[in-house]
Amino acid sequence: MNHVPLLSARGLSKRYGARIGCEEIDLDLHEGEVLAIVGESGSGKSTLLGLMSTQLESTTGSLAYRRRDGLSVELDKLSEMERRILLRTEWGFIQQDARLGLRMNVSAGGNVGERLMAVGWRHYGQIRSEAQDWLARVEISADRMDDAPTTFSGGMRQRLQIARNMVTKPRLVFMDEPTGGLDVSVQARLLDLIRSLVALTGLSIVIVTHDLAVARLLSHRIAVMRQGRIVEIGLADQVLEDPQDPYTQLLVSSVLQV
Amino acid sequence: MSDLPEYNFAYLDEQTKRMIRRAILKAIAIPGYQTPFASREMPMPYGWGTGGVQVTAAILGTDDVLKVIDQGSDDTTNAVSIRKFFARTAGVRTTTRTPEATIIQTRHRIPETALGEHQVIVYQVPIPEPLRFLEPRETETRRMHALEDYGVMHVKLYEDIAQHGHIATAYAYPVKVDERYVMDPSPTPKFDNPKMNQCPALQLFGAGREKRIYAIPPYTRVVSLDFEDHPFERTRISGACSLCNSTKAFLDEVITDDQGGRAFMCSDTDYCEQARSRIGPLS
Ligand SMILES: Nc1ncnc2c1ncn2[C@@H]1O[C@H](COP(=O)(O)OP(=O)(O)O)[C@@H](O)[C@H]1O
Ligand SMILES: [Mg+2]
Ligand SMILES: [Zn+2]
Repeated sequence: MNHVPLLSARGLSKRYGARIGCEEIDLDLHEGEVLAIVGESGSGKSTLLGLMSTQLESTTGSLAYRRRDGLSVELDKLSEMERRILLRTEWGFIQQDARLGLRMNVSAGGNVGERLMAVGWRHYGQIRSEAQDWLARVEISADRMDDAPTTFSGGMRQRLQIARNMVTKPRLVFMDEPTGGLDVSVQARLLDLIRSLVALTGLSIVIVTHDLAVARLLSHRIAVMRQGRIVEIGLADQVLEDPQDPYTQLLVSSVLQV
Repeated sequence: MSDLPEYNFAYLDEQTKRMIRRAILKAIAIPGYQTPFASREMPMPYGWGTGGVQVTAAILGTDDVLKVIDQGSDDTTNAVSIRKFFARTAGVRTTTRTPEATIIQTRHRIPETALGEHQVIVYQVPIPEPLRFLEPRETETRRMHALEDYGVMHVKLYEDIAQHGHIATAYAYPVKVDERYVMDPSPTPKFDNPKMNQCPALQLFGAGREKRIYAIPPYTRVVSLDFEDHPFERTRISGACSLCNSTKAFLDEVITDDQGGRAFMCSDTDYCEQARSRIGPLS
């Protein structure tokens, strides 16, 4: 394993006019690591995820990424073309609202095949069998392959989003509340799936969640955000069992009470 | 269209024509790229091909000979009106004969008779954006063209095969022009797509409502999108024209009587007439 961080943020800040989205974030993500960003609503989790995944432009700060070819690149210096290629070959993004992450009127197979076609696959049979393979891995049966996600349940849509992203074997996947709004049993199945993908592929994940139980199940490390800043970061067990920051203590105890 | 007041040669004023010509020149310089232009009101409804009419008006000269076809035919109301419009406003000669025309304005077909270097074909385009069906946002489609981000084009073809077992898209079949821009060839049948490739004539496309002009310069590579295991297929109704016996031309199915009788006929009426005059009438 390479010890140079996969993704490295320094002094990353985002202002929405006068309002602070997030402020002075220093963060390293290592290869194969799952990092959870937790905190209450409005604390800046989605903003930070947006900055790290270059969906949002930072006000100040820098972000470096170590590519598959070993080269470290400053993400804000990439051309739009290079950025898009990175997005569809090395990264993935799972949205809370599957409608934003899927093409709702394209079949499940087409949704999964799109990235392959975008990177130049031109053999229908191969695209289809690769898509089918990934659908099977997220437990969507072959007989639903030609159905549009409009006919899918919430849990199935999230699993489809995962297949759509994983098909080009990304190294890093960003997730924003992927289990939000799902039933507990459906959530558990999705979390199992994500855990097995991490174990199998050595994938790195940055996941935003307000649910500490999700963070506990999935992540190696947890960053706690409050008012746009990271107030505590550490190994998941340590942060949850022995929080140092008073706000984290409050957050953990309030969850444990529920 | 009756009662036109004082108008300039070919209806549009010189300044407007210069503006359209500038757009045409830019379009030719960037094959397949949709160039915006300030589309003008024309004395006919949009569905009648006002984009094509403006392009024709901008390039028409006094020596030109104009042919106008609609679904391959010179005789439809639409074709006749546009032909009359230019005969009247520009006083140019018109023809139904493909080889005699210097400018051919068309909707839905490319003539069967091969075009030559002395000719320009002007297509009437309703929807110029090939990415529109999957991406409604104009800012995004523009960016996709700029970055050659064309994965969704194949998604459309993938969906076709998944649903129908083959690429069912029969009209407006997307092409890649000069190995760069993906282009909608207007609602011509895909049977006509190969005619666009390395065509000696200049091809101009005008979309009036959407205010876009695009072009394929003479002898430009035009490739229909496909998959390795589902290659592009040029399809037509198999059979022969009941008038000229052609087994090569694109056929329309025509109802011949009120008993439900049907016949196949060339959609290119000029081609069919010429073929008949060569072989004499079939009994
Ligand atoms: N597009 C935006 N325009 C203005 N303010 C925003 C925008 N997005 C987020 N904010 C503000 O930035 C702060 C952080 O928001 P966000 O990153 O969405 O937090 P979280 O994901 O933790 O709920 C909040 O105060 C929020 O109101
Ligand atoms: Mg959020
Ligand atoms: Zn015929």
